[in-house]
Amino acid sequence: MNVVYGSPSFTSEVMGTGYCPGCGHGTVHKLLAEVVEELSVREKTVLCYPIGCAGLGGGWTNLNTLSCAHGRAGAVATAVKKTNQDNVIIAYQGDGDLAAIGMAETMHAANRGENITVIFINNTNFGMTGGQMAPTTLIGQKATTSPDGRDLERHGAPFKMAELIAKLEAPKFVGRYAVHDAKNAIKTKAAIKKGLQMQLDKKGYSFIEVLSVCPTNWKKNPLDSAKYIDEVVSKTYPLGVYKDVE
Amino acid sequence: MSKEFIKGNEAIAEAAVRAGCRFFAGYPITPQNDIPEYLSKRLFEVGGNFIQGESEVASVNMVFGVAATGIRSMTSSSGPGLALKAEGISNLAGARVPSVVVNVARGGPAIGTILTAQQDYLSATKAPAPGGFKCFVLAPATVQEAADLVYEAFDIADKYRTPVYVLADGMTGNMMEVVELPPMRELSELPSKDDWRVNKLEQDGNFRSISSYSPTAEGLQEMNEASEAMYQQWDKEEQRWEAFMMDDAEYVVTGYGSSGRIAKSAVKELRAQGIKAGLIRPITLVPFPKDAFDQIDYGRIKEIFVAEMSIPAQYADDVRWATKSKLEIISVLTSGGVILETEAIVDAVKERV
Amino acid sequence: MEKSLLIAGFGGQGIMLIGKMLGFAASKAGMNATFYPSYGAEQRGGTANCTVIIGDDEIGSPVSRRLDTLIAMNEPSFVRFVDRMKKGGVVIVNSSLVQSKVEDKDVKAFYIPANDLAQELGSVQVANIIVLGAYIAATGILDAEFAKQVIAEQLGRKPEMLELNMQAFDKGMAAVK
Repeated sequence: MNVVYGSPSFTSEVMGTGYCPGCGHGTVHKLLAEVVEELSVREKTVLCYPIGCAGLGGGWTNLNTLSCAHGRAGAVATAVKKTNQDNVIIAYQGDGDLAAIGMAETMHAANRGENITVIFINNTNFGMTGGQMAPTTLIGQKATTSPDGRDLERHGAPFKMAELIAKLEAPKFVGRYAVHDAKNAIKTKAAIKKGLQMQLDKKGYSFIEVLSVCPTNWKKNPLDSAKYIDEVVSKTYPLGVYKDVE
Repeated sequence: MSKEFIKGNEAIAEAAVRAGCRFFAGYPITPQNDIPEYLSKRLFEVGGNFIQGESEVASVNMVFGVAATGIRSMTSSSGPGLALKAEGISNLAGARVPSVVVNVARGGPAIGTILTAQQDYLSATKAPAPGGFKCFVLAPATVQEAADLVYEAFDIADKYRTPVYVLADGMTGNMMEVVELPPMRELSELPSKDDWRVNKLEQDGNFRSISSYSPTAEGLQEMNEASEAMYQQWDKEEQRWEAFMMDDAEYVVTGYGSSGRIAKSAVKELRAQGIKAGLIRPITLVPFPKDAFDQIDYGRIKEIFVAEMSIPAQYADDVRWATKSKLEIISVLTSGGVILETEAIVDAVKERV
Repeated sequence: MEKSLLIAGFGGQGIMLIGKMLGFAASKAGMNATFYPSYGAEQRGGTANCTVIIGDDEIGSPVSRRLDTLIAMNEPSFVRFVDRMKKGGVVIVNSSLVQSKVEDKDVKAFYIPANDLAQELGSVQVANIIVLGAYIAATGILDAEFAKQVIAEQLGRKPEMLELNMQAFDKGMAAVK
């Protein structure tokens, strides 16, 4: 039998990802695992995992993982890469982790231009804790701690991380992608592959923001969630390459 | 081996390098700044790495990452910085990552003062951070001992896969003293970390995870039971203290770290005046050297003088516990950067003779 | 034998430097020594003091309420510390900047116009080396030639500075005799 499509050989068959039905994290995990397999770098990869939903898939990818304290993956990844330059270091973080409590670590790692790959999952809320307002929550979007919707005057504007990081001098590749449909997922995979390849070529820091759906906390079914990305979320967070100085 | 006249902070830094430490991350805070300053040059000379982190928090997490790859790693700070590092220390302990954390303590609470004090006893020994765990805690009293204990701390950390917390203070860090530095270790002599370091797959091809997190209640309970077994082993095998003139002592003076060395001066002075004083100076604070207090002749000794640069007293609580409240505890205390004087201890004892 | 010395003055008078030199020289002579600086938040200026303890045996406290020797480089330092002298103690007074006199009959005082003597040598910077020479001569705690050599080695990278420091040390020693 000719296999034309399957899971990456090293994803765990026993453990599920732990994600809610329809969640974008599982897709990104799969893309990441495929890229790691295609580049044959599994043995030297260390995933710096965060706290929050983004950390749930740790075991599923069957990659060596360092479980970092909340927000600190940028610092951990920095130091692990500096001292183990042959390893492939990936910081995989959600929006509460990367843009709220870990903002300092995120910005400093980017500003130093560490030769790491950061995958940033933006689903506009704190998922695991039950849908609180995140730095990325859209104006008007309801969250459990902004029940009347995010208000510009009261809460400030959403952080546009890809735009912010692209403004720094050191980062080499910055882009925003999505995984709510096959077309976008393919682009996301290409971006992840590019980021890891740049790391292997010692070209420097890459930041791949991925807009992801959160059907549970958005209180939408997966299809409506996907539509919400197209019609609403990507209006605040336009997709595309923000910096590419390869 | 040649003797050198060097500053405590530098002795700590150089001893770490000689012990095989090849990574340091830290953040500026007085009175420990000589440690990162020294290592920012020295570590690169030996093929190591140094990062000035963007914060105390980032620094300890950098150590977490690098130590998890099996490289001997250290961070240092002082009280307020240790508070910020607390979560990271908890992670080091929970994920069982061998590492060395140095506190060149200053006066508190909070910002307090940059001057020397011993206000961090409870946070170092009981509750550095949430979750319920212990670090192995060493308390050097002299620059020589600071160098020796930091050197050994890396071995203890590896032996048990635990963070080792060296509780020094501004006095030990900032004074200069005659020191014989330990020999330079070859990295090839150090224990292999291949059976656990995170950047190596298991032999069967499975992944490794270094984490303080457990997806199940039973899993976390197991992890905590393993740590508890380690703490009990420390109690049995690792208690360390200095006993001085205790054989015929009628008055016991006790203190750790800088207070311990000052207390020793006081004991010598009391002996010179014909008073039978003795000293118990803990070298390990965790495990607490309770055996030292079990060996006291409670028939002969009625009072114990606890010298401590902390108000409120902190170490005194453990002395009360270790002596099972059989002795009256007389505290001789200073705080806020006021240095305990030998004479204050001598006077306190003489008042009761 | 264990002797305590407190050196005090303005920041910038080289207080810490001579304290460290002395500890270093004592350690080279095979003795034990501690140097403990008072440290503050200021980077420059203000008052400064340090304690040096030199002894044959293990040294306990690196500070001492009662002093064997005091070097007072300015008036406020003299006033603050002169009452802490032991009987038979020695005070080296920088009389260029200190007007007060030692009143305690049991304490030996040497009045050295260190700033003026330093000016004579062409640099007020070496006033600290002058009092260091005076201290060695007055206490005999270290062999003077040995101490001078060790200190010169530590300080003298440039030949002209080495010469100046040696002269200052000798001038301080001579001022005591």
